[in-house]
Amino acid sequence: MVHQEPKSFWTKYIFSQDAKIIGIQYLITAFVMGFLGMVLSWLMRLQLGWSGKQFPWLGKLMPQAFEGGVMKPEFYLASVTIHGTIMVFFFLTAGLIGCFANFLIPLQIGARDMAFPFVNMLSYWFFFASCLVLIASFLAPGGPAGAGWTMYPPLSSVKEALPGSGWGTTLWLIAMALFIVSTTMGSLNYITTVLNLRTKGMTMGRLPLTVWALLITSFLGLFSFPVLFAGAVMLLLDRHLGTSFFTPYIVLAEKHIPHEGGLPLLWQHLFWYLGHPEVYIVILPAMGIVSEVISTHARKPIFGYKVMVLSMCAIAFLSFIVWGHHMFVSGMNPWLGTAFMTTTLIIAVPSAIKTFNWLATLWGANIQFRTPMLFAIGFISTFVTGGLTGIFLGNPPVDIMLHDTYFVVAHFHMVMGTAALFALYAGVYHWFPKMFGRMMNEKLGKLHFWLTFIGAYAVFFPMHFLGFMGVPRRYYAFDQFQFIPQLPVNNINVFISVAAFAVGIAQLIFAINFVWSAFRGPKADRNPWKANTLEWQAPSPPPHGNWGEELPVVYRWPYDYSVPGADEDFIPQTIPAVPAKVSGVEGKKEGDGKEDGSKA
Amino acid sequence: MKSKSLGRIEALLLSLSLLALVVIAIVTLSGRFWWLPPLASEHGRQIDFLFTTTLVITGAVFILVQLLLAFLVFRYSGSKERKAIYFTENKTLELAWTIIPATILTILIFFGGRLWSKIQLSEPPKDAFKVEVWGEQFRWTFRYPGKDGKFGRVDLKLISVENPLGIDKNDPASKDDIFFFAGEENMRIPVNKPVIVYLRSKDVIHSFYVPHFRVKQDAVPGMITRTWFVPTEKGEFEYACAELCGLGHYMMRGVIVVDDEEKVQQWLSEQLTVADVLP
Repeated sequence: MVHQEPKSFWTKYIFSQDAKIIGIQYLITAFVMGFLGMVLSWLMRLQLGWSGKQFPWLGKLMPQAFEGGVMKPEFYLASVTIHGTIMVFFFLTAGLIGCFANFLIPLQIGARDMAFPFVNMLSYWFFFASCLVLIASFLAPGGPAGAGWTMYPPLSSVKEALPGSGWGTTLWLIAMALFIVSTTMGSLNYITTVLNLRTKGMTMGRLPLTVWALLITSFLGLFSFPVLFAGAVMLLLDRHLGTSFFTPYIVLAEKHIPHEGGLPLLWQHLFWYLGHPEVYIVILPAMGIVSEVISTHARKPIFGYKVMVLSMCAIAFLSFIVWGHHMFVSGMNPWLGTAFMTTTLIIAVPSAIKTFNWLATLWGANIQFRTPMLFAIGFISTFVTGGLTGIFLGNPPVDIMLHDTYFVVAHFHMVMGTAALFALYAGVYHWFPKMFGRMMNEKLGKLHFWLTFIGAYAVFFPMHFLGFMGVPRRYYAFDQFQFIPQLPVNNINVFISVAAFAVGIAQLIFAINFVWSAFRGPKADRNPWKANTLEWQAPSPPPHGNWGEELPVVYRWPYDYSVPGADEDFIPQTIPAVPAKVSGVEGKKEGDGKEDGSKA
Repeated sequence: MKSKSLGRIEALLLSLSLLALVVIAIVTLSGRFWWLPPLASEHGRQIDFLFTTTLVITGAVFILVQLLLAFLVFRYSGSKERKAIYFTENKTLELAWTIIPATILTILIFFGGRLWSKIQLSEPPKDAFKVEVWGEQFRWTFRYPGKDGKFGRVDLKLISVENPLGIDKNDPASKDDIFFFAGEENMRIPVNKPVIVYLRSKDVIHSFYVPHFRVKQDAVPGMITRTWFVPTEKGEFEYACAELCGLGHYMMRGVIVVDDEEKVQQWLSEQLTVADVLP
């Protein structure tokens, strides 16, 4: 089953079939894409903060996007679209799942590699190809797609509707199709690996919460992404072969466009059938990472392991039947609105359970404030802030008012942008020693945390107020309407823009730390955080095949931190259960409890 | 020992920043410096009430959780002398934080559902004032049904420079319809009377968004959508497009004039009908 150890540079680091290398490839590609997404957000913030101001140097740099130094509306919409697409799919999805599923699943379940290493390599290269296609769309005549990451037809299906709806949109759809092929191959691999390649003693009840989260996410992705694939193909057919799945007969600026009978709402249903699970595809692995990081650095078992798993299952299940909350005012039958409101607000219950379980994990803990822990705590704070505003938007009468305003922008950037980003950073800082065998610089890491934590709130918290004032999103400028109070809105926008530039610069601190530490950081031990999960029993970085001659054997759950009576405050999963001491009644009870847990 | 005191300082900083977040949130929200546009419709009052209720409930949870996090971070910051407690589950606690959020959300679902059915599921009164609003890149236009109260048939294939809405002039119901070219006139509707707005689009999806009325409804090509409301204030109100529709999306502006019903009817009776314009 395990492939030969590669000998050449190309097979070892480029066309690698080793899940660990593929994980790192995903991570680095995702960061490069994320950087591009961030630059696009800077350009948007430049326009929103100082609308109409001339930036001659940008005009020289990008003459087609900045005519006379002023951003053109088509480039603004392209930035909105590509920023959203990159951040949701190419940064967060690829970074959280592509990286961590590959790096962690084999190591944490005691396997030598993924079930299908070749498919795994293929999955990465499909992702890589989709990145290239998306970037290539910047060279398309008319520029990249500009209809928003939701790509609603007819705006996206008729090339006359928008400059970006020409080749830009075709390339966008091809990039998405390639991306979906990649995630589907990945999901199949992750699921097969978790179900079949667990080492001796690694029962489902002893899986770390990261693996549970990644497993559940893989099922989510497997059942929802292909629907968007179908949608993307149908939209391509509408655009190039004259079908009318989504495009009715329309008249665009006096020009009659001969489609017949298409349903624009059908696309919205297909899109959000993936689009909503997608936010959980991002946030579930984030939750898994945060659970692991909090437990390790708080030196305390995760509170309510079973309930944590169950609530992730509940979130995953419910996420399939909430998509209509994006469509309350779309013209969808209002009776459906009632149904989607109910499921949407119910999903807040498992989310609340998870939040309180994390807080209960901190209660009585012995918190070590290392960088990954700071980011995990930042995750809880931003997840709560962003999650609560979802209760406004999930309630359709309130959504009538807030839909498509900056309140929505604030909500999802807080909960699936910032919170997921914080979890990604927590994971990178936590597993960096295992990935590269070296430690990251703590001082730079903490500086990065503080600037990002304060900066992210400074960027996204004021956007709620723009939403209260009714300021619509995806507007190139706000000076055309009197109901938008010009002075305060402008001041808030300048404030947000300045904060956004500062947060962006803070990410460069991370980039420097990451690259420098990977080559020059102090050598890491096997287990620098004194953690219990299996990967910390392998060398740093683990060799090809991970474990040497013998596979590890698992005897306990991964959260035996600060067990009463134990010599150390952690007991790795490979340590056999000690027969209970006669005097230590309490210890015996705990030990038994874990045995039970493992059968669940 | 140096690292221990450093951890203590970090815990304090983290707690203080979470505390600062709560204070800033309370001051900015309760100060209402940046608030909803002034209200001018009947159902909007209930939407605003539900909004405020949700804000109070979620605000309380926000304050509670952020302060709890601040407390836990400060109280349980690391120390070499102490071990964490071994505490893996507690059925009562977990049941509590399942049932309490579930109860609060059930209440919100109940009130939200009731208001939603009032706004969207209930039939507007028979004598409601009717107007049909059309979206096109990047302007609005509209049509009134005339004395018969019926809109005539339209077909996008009939659209031409003279007939911007593709009205079928052979349909008897069309004869007394009143339509306007985009930008020709402001839409007029009566005050304190139910108004039904039917929405259509000629090209891409637009969204009819009247901030002061708390109204937002997409106009989708190939179908007719509907919304209804009762304006409670006289005056001029802006409406905007809330669904990305292309390059000029940000300037797709319209004005609604709300006036006494007699004046609106008077104005309507002065307008040319389809029979006059499309002989």
